[in-house]
Amino acid sequence: MPIKSRPIYPGLKLDQRARRHLVAAEGEGALAVLAIFEGKGDAAASATIVYTPGGSAGEDHAEKLADLKPDALHVMPSQETAIVRLNGLLGNAAMGTRLYAAGVEGFIGKVIASGLEHGVDHQSIYTEHCGSLARRVQCVHCKGMTENVTATPFTCSHCGLNLFVRDHYSRRLAAFQGVVVDCETPGELPEIEELYR
Amino acid sequence: MTIQFKKETFRDDFTFSNSPEAIRRFPFPFDKDQYMYAVNIEQHMPGPEKSPYEFPIDIDEHYVAEMEDRALVLKQDPLRCQSLPHMITAEWDLVELLMESMAKNYPEHFQLTRDGDRWHWVNQPLGIDQRFTFGDTATLPCPPMEYITRQCQGDFNLLDQRHDNLWMDAGIVTTQADWSLDFDIGMNFMEWHAPVPIAHDLGVFDRALKFLLNLQQGRPVRRLNWTMTINPRLDTSPENYHKWGIDRTTVTPENVGNKVHLRVELQALWRLPRSNAIVFSIRAYLIKMEELVTIPKWARRFHRVLRDLPPELADYKGLTRYRETTVDWLSKYDDGAPTSPGFFPD
Ligand code: HEM
Repeated sequence: MPIKSRPIYPGLKLDQRARRHLVAAEGEGALAVLAIFEGKGDAAASATIVYTPGGSAGEDHAEKLADLKPDALHVMPSQETAIVRLNGLLGNAAMGTRLYAAGVEGFIGKVIASGLEHGVDHQSIYTEHCGSLARRVQCVHCKGMTENVTATPFTCSHCGLNLFVRDHYSRRLAAFQGVVVDCETPGELPEIEELYR
Repeated sequence: MTIQFKKETFRDDFTFSNSPEAIRRFPFPFDKDQYMYAVNIEQHMPGPEKSPYEFPIDIDEHYVAEMEDRALVLKQDPLRCQSLPHMITAEWDLVELLMESMAKNYPEHFQLTRDGDRWHWVNQPLGIDQRFTFGDTATLPCPPMEYITRQCQGDFNLLDQRHDNLWMDAGIVTTQADWSLDFDIGMNFMEWHAPVPIAHDLGVFDRALKFLLNLQQGRPVRRLNWTMTINPRLDTSPENYHKWGIDRTTVTPENVGNKVHLRVELQALWRLPRSNAIVFSIRAYLIKMEELVTIPKWARRFHRVLRDLPPELADYKGLTRYRETTVDWLSKYDDGAPTSPGFFPD
């Protein structure tokens, strides 16, 4: 059953009417970007791409993106630095710019949250989920974020509580909710399930 | 009619209890012997004298103690009170709604004098005397929503209406049944209700939202919701669940009467005049099983409701671990006699 608070990622498509394309991609998200700009030299020439290879380091995705000959390509070392660069670009974005996001869910979420801060309506952002199903989870107790959670329960990387990943998603935080799993049964943990590989 | 405010606690030594009058006026939420989610919304009309529906905002014997508990929660966790910047007009609307209602219906305790936008508010039970300029946040010691809800029982959400939806863009939430304002703020009606089982498929939320989008000014509505809580703890937040969750393991056949509480939320909704936002109030009432069974009809009925509750609802409400022990205890008060229709005691 779909999670009602979780966004739907319909897949990237090219907005032919946009004057500028601002593209944020992570890891395998590069492939979705390549697919929409392949053979569209004019569109690519008006695109700014921010890319962080993440788990796809070692593949040649960045070179292929460069071959598109975009107006600018920023290859960044981490999701955080990619978002900092994106924020700078959003601050100066002109009218008629379309925002795209492709990659793991935690990254898409951060792009949407950056867009929100710059007045971009979340429904106007084109998104595609690529790569692992790993979740970004906020601990409801200490409020710390743990990235790339692939199993439930897991240990909060900040306070160390054993957290169960609840099927509840906040767009503002770009995260699922983590709630302590064993406080009613101290010392007894449910089996760890790798649900989000 | 002066209220005798009780000195009591909702944590640590848990001295909270209800007077016999408070028991009789308890908003018992079951009008039948079984329970399922429904669009149970009705006009928020003045109800019977002394009932919690007599006035739009109900102030009772627990007022002072509840406000003390709220102050403690906010001191430990300021994220329980949040408001997005565009909600400031709605905050002032809320100040007006609550001050007007409290002063009008409890004049022995609260007084409001208005001279244009120069207002004078006196809250005797909490010892507050405040002159301020309506609309000028700098004239209050804290932002307007926080200011007035530190002085009014119940949690509050302010909902912005846009794109045919309601958005939870402000609130103060210190007495909640296990949900997080900090996590839910900014969500829309369907998103914040995502974790609720069954009701989405019954179409409850679609119909409720459609109804609320058309809510008219001056025609508030209300509904009841319920859950159960171990010990009279108001702050059953997810934030602190790692501290209170263990309480659910402490129920024994000997202590059910004192430990297990029915928790009823009287929820009311008003359209606000300046902002067109909606205020959603969630007023929690607690009653321990020992107190509940002093009303024979409620004892019989609650036994049957809890016994036959669908397991998904019991799990969602977090009752599964102590449900059977509680049903067994309640069965002593159920002789199988038929119960009369309606909520009120016979
Ligand atoms: C518009 C104001 C409302 C707000 C802010 C609100 C908020 C909430 C929240 C935060 C929850 C907890 C969800 C969770 O588990 O995280 C909840 C539960 C629920 N809400 Fe609402 N709600 C509103 C109106 C309504 C209305 C009009 C209905 C009418 C049918 C409704 C029906 C329910 C039900 C059935 C539950 C599950 C409660 C339980 O089993 O304990 N809500 N609501």
